[in-house]
Order: sequence, then structure tokens, then C-alpha cells
Amino acid sequence: MRSGVIAKKMGMTRLFMEDGRQVPVTVLLLDSLQVVAQRTADKDGYTAVQLGAGTAKAKRTSQAMRGHFARANVAPKRKVAEFRVSPENLIPVGSEISAEHYLAGQKVDVSGISIGKGYAGAMKRHNFGGLRASHGVSVSHRSHGSTGQCQDPGKVFKGKKMAGHMGAARITTQNLEVVRTDADRGLIMVKGAVPGSKGGWVTIKDAVKRKLPDGVPFPAALKMAAAVQETPAEGGEA
Amino acid sequence: MNLIAQIEAEQIAALGKTIPDFKAGDTIRVGYKVTEGTRSRVQMYEGVCISRKNGSGIAGSFTVRKISFGEGVERVFPLYSTNIDSITVVRRGKVRRAKLYYLRDRRGKSARISEVTNYKPKSDAAV
Repeated sequence: MRSGVIAKKMGMTRLFMEDGRQVPVTVLLLDSLQVVAQRTADKDGYTAVQLGAGTAKAKRTSQAMRGHFARANVAPKRKVAEFRVSPENLIPVGSEISAEHYLAGQKVDVSGISIGKGYAGAMKRHNFGGLRASHGVSVSHRSHGSTGQCQDPGKVFKGKKMAGHMGAARITTQNLEVVRTDADRGLIMVKGAVPGSKGGWVTIKDAVKRKLPDGVPFPAALKMAAAVQETPAEGGEA
Repeated sequence: MNLIAQIEAEQIAALGKTIPDFKAGDTIRVGYKVTEGTRSRVQMYEGVCISRKNGSGIAGSFTVRKISFGEGVERVFPLYSTNIDSITVVRRGKVRRAKLYYLRDRRGKSARISEVTNYKPKSDAAV
């Protein structure tokens, strides 16, 4: 199992292919994505890499997190997330991951926080049909219908689909196709929509329901030159 | 320019298409690539452009209406589709609306559009 990446959702556009197809894509940006820490079996009981993305102002980062970033010798990050990896796929701390981590044509799972819809009725939230427009229905055209039986259960079962808060939840969209990657700008273009609003953070992982294609980089595609250049600069800062 | 606009501008440049200056009311001829089995050829579709949508960027599209064997036919083409071989303006129409959906309810004489006789192309900056 190899690491995923943290990306920023930039927005959607379309790509015209040579064969005449047009593909709707979401543009995801890898913004100075670096390994911040490692979790190892001896120390933590599991193996994972902690990645950080974006740039945060040092003065707005808590003292504790500043210490954490300083120990990794990386600039303060806006977003931090852990990815479980197998022990041989641990990535050295401080190395920067490039967009070539994914291959065009590969399937990925993308997780993010969906756009909040507030308190939504049963029709919007669970695709219920609502009640009839006529035939004696008054006031309650968009209500859900019955919520259960009679005195025998004498209660509404747990998990009954009803109106309530919708959205602003962590959603994973599975098996999205990577259409194109751009390592220079750190862009990954994924076919279709991903959860969340523009500017939101999402995590991309290899699709759990598909076999990994041949030729994906292990443990990760790293930015070699960039990592060498950046390390001394940050050393001076810290 | 934000990132998405930049990507779209790059793609338009990479596609290298020249879109003629046309608007709703103009009669245009679209060469559309059709693949039949292994052979591909260019099919001509000529009619009145009745709407232009979503600007002149990568998301733009236009609708062409014609009367085919007594039946009205409308086709929507993406402006930058790689299936479009050519777009040529046959006739410039004089209209007062951006969307000519009223033509759908008309037949024959009342569905005619008069021609612009003093058409001046826009300056290059506007195209």
C-alpha cells in the first residue's frame, strides 16, 4: 500500500480529446506537498506517513505545530493528513511529492468535505418522492410519508431516513479516472466531480476496488531537484 | 488570470482552431467529422445559428437550426469540438435578439431573416 496525496480543488473545466470526446475534469493542485512525519510500527504501532500541503503563516501556526514542522525541517503547512502505508513504502521526511505519483488512466478514490446544504427535507436529502399534488393533500406536498407501523413496534426504527442536516460530511467518490497530470505545476486532472467546494482540501488515494496499474512509482513520485533546493532555505529559516 | 482560466486558454491555443466571427441569425455551414466503421469523412450541416451559449471560451457552444425534409432539426455544437472540421459563414443575418427561439414556431415566409448588407468585421482585439 502506497501513500495518497493531499490536493486542493481548483475547479472544473473540460478537455477535448483527439478522438472527438470531451471530458469533464476537476483540476486538483498539489501545493508544496511534503512529508512531515513518519509513523512506525515500533513507535506508534502502525506505519503511515504524515503529509502536509499548502503554506501557512508561521505566526498563525500554533507553537506546538511550529515545533512539529521545524523538526521535519519543512515550512508550516496549511493542511496535514496521514496516509497508512506498508513499511517498505515509507517516504523520507521532507521529501516533496510530485503529480507524477498518479498515471493517466489510473483510477483513484477522492475524499473531501461535501458542500453543506443545511437542514434539508426528505425529498432533497434522500430522494423521496413527496406526496401528491392533489387528491386531498394539503400543505404537506414535500413531506415524507409514514415513518413506520402501528402499536406493534410502537416506535420509529433507528436510521429511518428523515429530514435533517445534509452535506458538510466527509464523502469519498470512488473510481474516478485520472485523465492527465502536469508535474511542472503539480496538477492532477480527474474525470468528473469531486466532493467539496473550490479551494477545499481533498485527499486522493489509489482506488481500493481496482488493481494498481503497472508502472506506478513506489514508494512515491518525488520532486528531487526541488527537495534539494528547498532544504537549505528552510534550514536557514528554522 | 486564475488557474482554470489559464488551463482553458492553453487548451484553446493547443487546439489551434480559428473560429469565424458569427452570431445568432447568421447562416453557417459546419463541417462535422463522422466516423462510419473505420472510414471517417466530413459531413456538412448548414443552417441558421439560433443561439450562442457560454461565451467564446472552451465551454462555448452554438445551435444550428435547419429545415430538413419539412422537419425542423437543431444541432448543438461545442465551439472547440475536435470533431468540427470547419465553420464557414454563408450569410449574415439581421436580427434583434441574441436567441432566435421564436423561429421554432414559424414556417416559411415568416421564418426568413433579412441579410446584413453593410457587415463590418470586428477589430482583431474583439475576436
